[in-house]
Amino acid sequence: MSFVPGQPMCVVAQQIEIKKLRQGDHLILGFSIGGGIDQDPGQNPFSEDKTDKGIYVTRITPGGPAEAANLMMGDKILQVNGWDMTMVPHDKARKRLTNKKEDVVRLLVTRKTLEEAVKHSMGYPNQCH
Amino acid sequence: MDNESQYSGYSYKSSHSRSSRKHRDRRHRSKSRDSSSRADKSVTIQTPGEPLLDAESTRGEERDDNWGETTTVVTGTSEHSISNEDLTRVSKELEETTPLQCKRFVGPALGGCLSFFALVTPLAFLILPQVLWRDALEPCGTPCEGLYVSLAFKLLVLLISSWALFLRPPRATLPRFFVFRCLLMVLVFLFVASYWLFYGVRVLEPRERDYRGIVEYAASLVDALLFIQYLALVLLEVRHLQPAFCLKVVRSTDGVSKFYSVGHLSIQRAAVWVLDRYYSDFPVYNPALLNLPKSILSKKMTGFKVYSLDENTTNNSTGQSRAMIAAAARRRDNSHNEFYYEEAEMDRRVRKRKARLVVAVEEAFTHIKRLHEDEVASSPKHPREVMDPREAAQAIFAPMARAMQKYLRTTRQQAFHSMESILTHLQFCITHNMTPKAFLERYLSPGPTMQYQQQNGRGRQWTLVSEEPVTSALRQGLIFSLRRLDFSLVVTVTPLPFLRLGEEFIDPKSHKFVMRLQSETSV
Repeated sequence: MSFVPGQPMCVVAQQIEIKKLRQGDHLILGFSIGGGIDQDPGQNPFSEDKTDKGIYVTRITPGGPAEAANLMMGDKILQVNGWDMTMVPHDKARKRLTNKKEDVVRLLVTRKTLEEAVKHSMGYPNQCH
Repeated sequence: MDNESQYSGYSYKSSHSRSSRKHRDRRHRSKSRDSSSRADKSVTIQTPGEPLLDAESTRGEERDDNWGETTTVVTGTSEHSISNEDLTRVSKELEETTPLQCKRFVGPALGGCLSFFALVTPLAFLILPQVLWRDALEPCGTPCEGLYVSLAFKLLVLLISSWALFLRPPRATLPRFFVFRCLLMVLVFLFVASYWLFYGVRVLEPRERDYRGIVEYAASLVDALLFIQYLALVLLEVRHLQPAFCLKVVRSTDGVSKFYSVGHLSIQRAAVWVLDRYYSDFPVYNPALLNLPKSILSKKMTGFKVYSLDENTTNNSTGQSRAMIAAAARRRDNSHNEFYYEEAEMDRRVRKRKARLVVAVEEAFTHIKRLHEDEVASSPKHPREVMDPREAAQAIFAPMARAMQKYLRTTRQQAFHSMESILTHLQFCITHNMTPKAFLERYLSPGPTMQYQQQNGRGRQWTLVSEEPVTSALRQGLIFSLRRLDFSLVVTVTPLPFLRLGEEFIDPKSHKFVMRLQSETSV
């Protein structure tokens, strides 16, 4: 999943749709994010490439909407409702996810196991290469 | 024992007689003549010469400097001064049989004469009118005296600076003309000759009466000489100080290499420069350390023995030899393994011997101590023998001799250090209160070549091999080599890069830091 900024990226991604849960005054999704272009990429335990400044899912509240939608810890979020999340500051990412006007977020996520699963099931090498 | 085959560079002060050395020199002379008949130019450059290769026989023990077979050039001092050495050298003409040798003295003699002539000329200009037509001269009062004073001081300055700059014993004889020096000598000659010409025509002929004019004329000559000396200073001493080229010097036998920065020099001058540094920077050449042990290499030699029983061997001989080569190549693969183990074994052995040596020396040094003036010399019961350094050295040499000898044998240095030299060194160390470690420093690592030279005033013969004429200036990509009997130094010239230095100003207040962020927010 290493990528060079500016070059097209080729990953296997999954669409996950999460409905926000109302908890008092807030709409929550039930997971935590880490990463961003203003953060230190070396501290990210989930990324393969330690220079990757993307947004990663660092924790999933058990029983929350994210868990129900099969979001996994360590997923890299590529898009939220069409907005790009690979090159955003941490705060912007947070804002995109916690928009009060939206009830549902459609995430495009990727993880390592997706690629392997595709390889195994299809039986041919990844077409990106 | 002087083994030239191995240690050609180092002249042991042997007790060989003159005749045997002459004989040896003749043998070597024929050898060197053969080697000089090559396609590329091979001229001899000599640091003040050591007669291992030379045709000349030995001289006395004077500190002389000009040896060489094919020198054609100026070596001595400059155009402004004479050296006593030059003069004595000229007068002490030795048994040089080949007529070529006389050329060597022409240069210094010419330079000496010219400088003497140049220095005496202003005085002659002043004195001749006084001597020849004193009565007819106009009296010249204060201005002339002022000029006399300035003339005297300028001549004094000229003399002193000539002495300081040019009156030095030459360190090398170059194979071809030293271009700048020749140029300057020609210039001086022309100057002085033209001044004399003018003087003869305008002053001596008509018996010029204006003495002040004559004095001014002499003063202008001295000024001109001072300027020529300035030119000489710049050309000979200053121009080559700013570094312009990087020379890589590699010794051909063991690959020891060094990099030096030099300025603009001609090839021959650069060669002398490199040799100056060679003697103090390069570790001594030890021919015994060069080859891989035979045990490793010889294994490759025993290949397959192929017997062809067939009548016509032409067809399958190539096939067989190819098979043999392939098999031998496969077999060769193990020799690096053996080399590795052999080296490790050798290291271990050297370290063991070194440990023994160090311990032995330390113990030996504890046996003596320095006697101070105020100590009571001895008590009657325990008489102590007071020794001078030589005896003290001999006394403590015995316990360490064996360990030392074994160590030197293992590191193949035994030829460089005779027992006498070790004793002398020990005596030296004792005299100067050195510790055992300081004593051993000379033996534990191979020192620079200079350390092993005998101070006998004879120099070393080197041959400069180059494809370009040796008076041409250094430039990029030039390669020349300096050859001795059994090894050579290959010199490659590269220009130093041009430096574009930029500037960047950093405000001292601009050094600010933040902690690295690693936040995690829950959404």
